[in-house]
Amino acid sequence: MSIDNSTVKKVAKLARLKVDAKEEQNLKNELNNILEWVDKLQKVDTENIDPMLSVSNEPMSMREDMVTSKLDNKQILSNAPEKKAGFFVVPKVVE
Amino acid sequence: MEYLIEGKTGNWELVIGLEVHAQISANSKLFSGASTDWGADPNSQVELVDSGMPGALPVINKHCIDQAILTGISLNAQINKKSIFDRKNYFYPDLPQGYQISQFEFPIVGKGHLNIEIDGVEKSIGITRLHLEQDAGKSLHDQDIDNSFIDLNRSGCALMEIVSEPDMSSPSEAAEYVKKLRNILRFIGTCDGNMEKGNLRADVNVSVRRKGDELGTRCEIKNVNSIKFIQQAIEFEARRQVDLIEKGEKIIQETRLFDSNNLETRSMRGKEESHDYRYFPDPDLPPLVLNEEDIEKLRLKLPELPDQKKSRFIEEFGITAYDAEILVTEKYVSDFFEQIVEGRDSKIVISWITVELFSYLKRKNVSLEESKIGPEKISSLLDLIISNKISNRQAKEIFDEYLKSDVNADTFIEKKGLIQISNESEIEELVEKVLKENPKMLEQYKSGKDKLFGFFIGQVMKLSNGKANPKMVNETLKRKLSL
Repeated sequence: MSIDNSTVKKVAKLARLKVDAKEEQNLKNELNNILEWVDKLQKVDTENIDPMLSVSNEPMSMREDMVTSKLDNKQILSNAPEKKAGFFVVPKVVE
Repeated sequence: MEYLIEGKTGNWELVIGLEVHAQISANSKLFSGASTDWGADPNSQVELVDSGMPGALPVINKHCIDQAILTGISLNAQINKKSIFDRKNYFYPDLPQGYQISQFEFPIVGKGHLNIEIDGVEKSIGITRLHLEQDAGKSLHDQDIDNSFIDLNRSGCALMEIVSEPDMSSPSEAAEYVKKLRNILRFIGTCDGNMEKGNLRADVNVSVRRKGDELGTRCEIKNVNSIKFIQQAIEFEARRQVDLIEKGEKIIQETRLFDSNNLETRSMRGKEESHDYRYFPDPDLPPLVLNEEDIEKLRLKLPELPDQKKSRFIEEFGITAYDAEILVTEKYVSDFFEQIVEGRDSKIVISWITVELFSYLKRKNVSLEESKIGPEKISSLLDLIISNKISNRQAKEIFDEYLKSDVNADTFIEKKGLIQISNESEIEELVEKVLKENPKMLEQYKSGKDKLFGFFIGQVMKLSNGKANPKMVNETLKRKLSL
C-alpha cells in the first residue's frame, strides 16, 4: 500500500494541519516508509491469535460515582483566548 | 397493518433503524468527577478531562458501567466480557479533546432485542449493540452575530448509544420502539429519558424500497428530540426519497437535519470527509474486562420490567390487559397505582385513575408527574367513596376543584359540607318527612303508580341537599312504602 499527495493533503486537512508543497512531499515519503513497514508486519502469520488490544495487562482502574470536581468557572476559562458571560467564545460555527 | 407509501409508479416499503443516545443517570461524568446536574451555570461543572487539558487522564465511573450492563440485560442482550474504548477523531469547538472517547469494534453490549406492540400485535425489534461514549459540550449559535458560545457542562457526561437493527417499517413502529425503550430505561433507572432536556435523542436511518427488494440507500436524520418529531421526520423523508427515485434520481447517502418548523429534512454540509473518524483504541484506557459474578449480581438487582409488571398487574389485581398497559407505559403511573391499590378495591382504583384522573390531566394538558398530584390525594378521596361518606357522583362533581385545592379529601368535603348522610335514623327522618309532605302522591303510589318511587327518591335527595346516601334512601323508602 502506498499513498499519494492527495491522501497526504486529506489527512492533513482532517488533522487541521497546514502543510506546504515541500512538507507534503516529505510527509508522503515518511508515511510511505511507515506503511511499507506495516506491509512487512502484515506478512506475519496471526491465524488463531487474538488481537492485542492493549500493551499493558493492567485492569482498567475505576472510580466511584462521586462528584469530586474542585474547578470553578473562572479556572476553567482562565486559558480561554476569548470569553463572555461564562462561556468560551469561538468564531461562529454553524452546520 | 402494513405501511406503504404510495408513489406514482406503485407502492414503496419503508425501512427504519434507530440510534438512540441516552444520557446515563449518574452523579458524575463518565471519565471525570465533574457533576452532571442539569441547568447549572455555564462551564461550572467541568474537569480537566472534560475541557481537554493536555495530560489529564480519564478514569472510568464504575456506576456508568453497571448502568450499561443493566440496560443490556433488560434488552435481552449479550454482555461482552471484554470491551475497548476508542477515540473517534473530529474537530468541533464543543469537543475540546479533538476526539470523543467511544467504543467502536468491541462495544460493552452486543445483540439483543425488544418487543413492541402495534394494534395488539407483538413485534420483536433487534438491538445491534449498545456502547458507552462521552457526550459533547453545547454550542450556542444565536447569542452573537459573529461568534458561537461554548458551554462544556455536558462535555464528558456518559451516554449509551443504543443501535437497533433496521427492523421497523412505519413511523408508528419507530415511535413505539422509542417509547418502549425510554420506558425500560426509566423503569430500571439508567436514564431519565427526558427528551426535552435532551437526555434521550435519536438519529433516524430511513430508506425505501420496493417490497421484497434489497435495502435502498439510507439517509440519517440527526438528533431528533421528540417522538412526534421522529414520526414527522420519517414521514417527510420517506416521501422525499420516493419522489426522487420516481423522478429517476439517486438517493445520496448523507446526514440530514429535521426542521420541526417547516416539517422537512435538510442536508447538512458535505459530510464526505467528516465521516472519516479514524478510530483507534484509546491508549489512555486499557480494555474493560468484566467478570461473570459482577454481571450476575446486576442481573439479580434488575427491577421489574414493564412487561413483567403488566402481567403481574393482570394476575394480582384482576385488571384488563388494556388497563395494565396504560399503567405500565410510565413508571411513575404504575408506582402511583400500586401505592393506591394497596388495600383497596382495584376496580374502583383503576377506574378513578384511568378515567377520571386521566381525563382531568388531559384537560390540563399535563402528565401525572408534572401535575404534582400525590397518591394520598386520590386515595383519601377513594376512601370516602368506599366508606360511603360521599357518593361516587358527588366525588365526580367536586373532582376538579378538589384536585386544585391543597387539602386532603376529608378536609375538603368537610369544608364544602358534603359529608354524605349515612346515619340510619337521619335517613328515616328525611324519608318520613317527604312522605308526610306529599300525601296525594303517596296515595297514588299505593294505588299502583309505581313510577312515583323515583319522585320520592328525588324529594329526599333534594331535602338533604344531595347528601343522603342514595343506596340507603332507596332501601329505607322501599321499607316504608311496603308497610
